[in-house]
Amino acid sequence: MKFKPLQIIAHIILILGVLLMVVPIWISFASSSHDSVTILTEGMKFHIGDQLARNYNEVLNEKGGWSEEVTAAKMFINSFIMALGIATLKVVISAMSAYALVYYRFKLAVPIFWLIFITLLVPLEVRIFPSYKIVSDLGLTNSYTGLILPLVASATATFFFRQFYKTIPDELLESAKLDGANAWSFFIDFLVPLSKTMIAAMFIFMFVYGYSQYLWPLIMTTAEEYWTVVMGMKIIYTESYEGVALPRTAERFAYIILSMIPPVLVVVFLQKWFIKGLIQTEK
Amino acid sequence: MSFLDLKNVTKIYPNGTKAVHETSLSVDEGEFMVFVGPSGCGKSTLLRMVAGLEDITEGDINLDGKLMNEVDPSERDVAMVFQNYALYPHMNVYNNLAYGLKNRGIDKQTIEQKVNDAAKLLQISDYLQRKPSMLSGGQRQRVAMGRAIVRNPKIFLFDEPLSNLDAKLRIQMRLEIKKLQQKVGVTSIFVTHDQVEAMTLADRLAVINNGIIEQLGTPIEIYDNPKSLFVAGFIGSPQMNFLDGNLKNKTLSAEGFEIKDINSDHEGEVTLGIRPEHLSQTENGLINLKVDLVEQLGSDNLVYGQLKDKKDFCYRCPGNQTIEKNSNLSLNIDNNKYYIFDKSTGKRVN
Ligand SMILES: Nc1ncnc2c1ncn2[C@@H]1O[C@H](COP(=O)(O)OP(=O)(O)OP(=O)(O)O)[C@@H](O)[C@H]1O
Ligand SMILES: [Mg+2]
Repeated sequence: MKFKPLQIIAHIILILGVLLMVVPIWISFASSSHDSVTILTEGMKFHIGDQLARNYNEVLNEKGGWSEEVTAAKMFINSFIMALGIATLKVVISAMSAYALVYYRFKLAVPIFWLIFITLLVPLEVRIFPSYKIVSDLGLTNSYTGLILPLVASATATFFFRQFYKTIPDELLESAKLDGANAWSFFIDFLVPLSKTMIAAMFIFMFVYGYSQYLWPLIMTTAEEYWTVVMGMKIIYTESYEGVALPRTAERFAYIILSMIPPVLVVVFLQKWFIKGLIQTEK
Repeated sequence: MSFLDLKNVTKIYPNGTKAVHETSLSVDEGEFMVFVGPSGCGKSTLLRMVAGLEDITEGDINLDGKLMNEVDPSERDVAMVFQNYALYPHMNVYNNLAYGLKNRGIDKQTIEQKVNDAAKLLQISDYLQRKPSMLSGGQRQRVAMGRAIVRNPKIFLFDEPLSNLDAKLRIQMRLEIKKLQQKVGVTSIFVTHDQVEAMTLADRLAVINNGIIEQLGTPIEIYDNPKSLFVAGFIGSPQMNFLDGNLKNKTLSAEGFEIKDINSDHEGEVTLGIRPEHLSQTENGLINLKVDLVEQLGSDNLVYGQLKDKKDFCYRCPGNQTIEKNSNLSLNIDNNKYYIFDKSTGKRVN
């Protein structure tokens, strides 16, 4: 098989793209397997060193923080719970509100849709004080509920679901109605399976969004047991030993590599679904 | 009261379009009723009101003795076959058929039994595990029919279900639908704008124009005895010939000929209608036709030409007659088989 010049160029560009994505991750991984001192003195590494097990063991099990009680593993779990909660609720709520907007032809549907859409202009960072006030008045600081709840409304996902539902032919609804489906069963038996590709995609985006939250958990949590991965990253950076500020670079890299695992797992797990939906043209 | 009863049913859409005007109609149990009419005449609207998919602006619809106006479509026990079939794309054929039964809380075994029976009847047993996207047009059509049959509903509604099929398949499916309906015996309403489909399927036919039922009757009644110019022009293929004329003292004078002793006291401007198949060649006939074109269909010839006043005219004769292009034919109307309509109202006057 011969490659045409255009194909060769295309492949070179693609390979460069892959390298651009993969090399930094590899460097982080390779560097996480050396001694901190080696990295400080010799710079980042391309090959695997002999400290892999020690570094990762340390990151996962060493207790840190002011109370010397919180571990990285705990932070991963916290972030995972937070991201999972945000992604699940965002998808469920957006899918359902889009359903209401598209299929219930009440007069205010359009204004309400625009109202939801306008909230895109007011991200959490802008409304962080009122949000904090409400959450703390409700006594939800230092809780998973408090971490998740203010982030679960999503204009973007509502918008995408709405656009998708609008492409579903009316006859499908009518046909289902004649087959005895009610509003709820039409949603569960038709819209959900038909939009599963979309749901998988939204879930991935929203999971990564939730996982990478920084400001909100920072403000929300005072108890260390609710710290999240992104917060932890900062804390590990500033950690110092008895006056001697010795950055623990190798552990930092190990921590970064570990922190990537949950979102990667979600993507890998949902990708099957995602691609299945893309391959089967269900028209 | 008959099985399905429409009383003064009117539909005005929210944008003000009046799609159906005070229509009354009765359909008997087991009857095959066809709504036929040109595009936009309100056939689908009428059907959808029976299904409950459109609100009824005024009037009453009764099905099996119960007032349906406020009954939700899911409770009406009607089944509909849509033009584009509206199969459930994410379910396989089995589940497409089973869905309506599941919603009724029927137990699994009975569902399986019913689905298999329906599938056998429609010869789709081999495709039960396939998704609709993996079926041909004709197979999808069968699945759509199966979905309607399997529930054993009070009434079948068909909204132009054959219009997406190619000509040959359409004729085949038409036959199958008719056979199936006779076998299952379910009351059916079939909407079409194809008059051949309408004639062949119907026990009774409702010719609809501009939201009004112009005429209701068996196909033969309507063909033999059209009550208006519209019905006369719509039913019959090739179309009835229409000529201008004047009726006075029971004598009709048209361009180039006269007909005497007409069975009508109407006077004034009229339209004379003659079906192409109700003519035959004679010497010194009423009508002189200059032949432009002959279509040979085998069994018949369709002869197109012009009268003296350049009016287009069609004559249908048996296929064994040879007719030359540019020849002149002399034609007589068979057995007083002509129709006279008032020119301004379109109403039949003879
Ligand atoms: N949702 C609607 N809103 C407003 N007007 C409508 C609506 N649906 C149909 N109409 C109008 O009502 C009239 C009848 O429509 P209908 O769909 O019943 O026609 P039809 O006889 O089924 O035609 P076709 O053979 O093309 O399907 C048309 O003039 C159409 O424009
Ligand atoms: Mg229609």
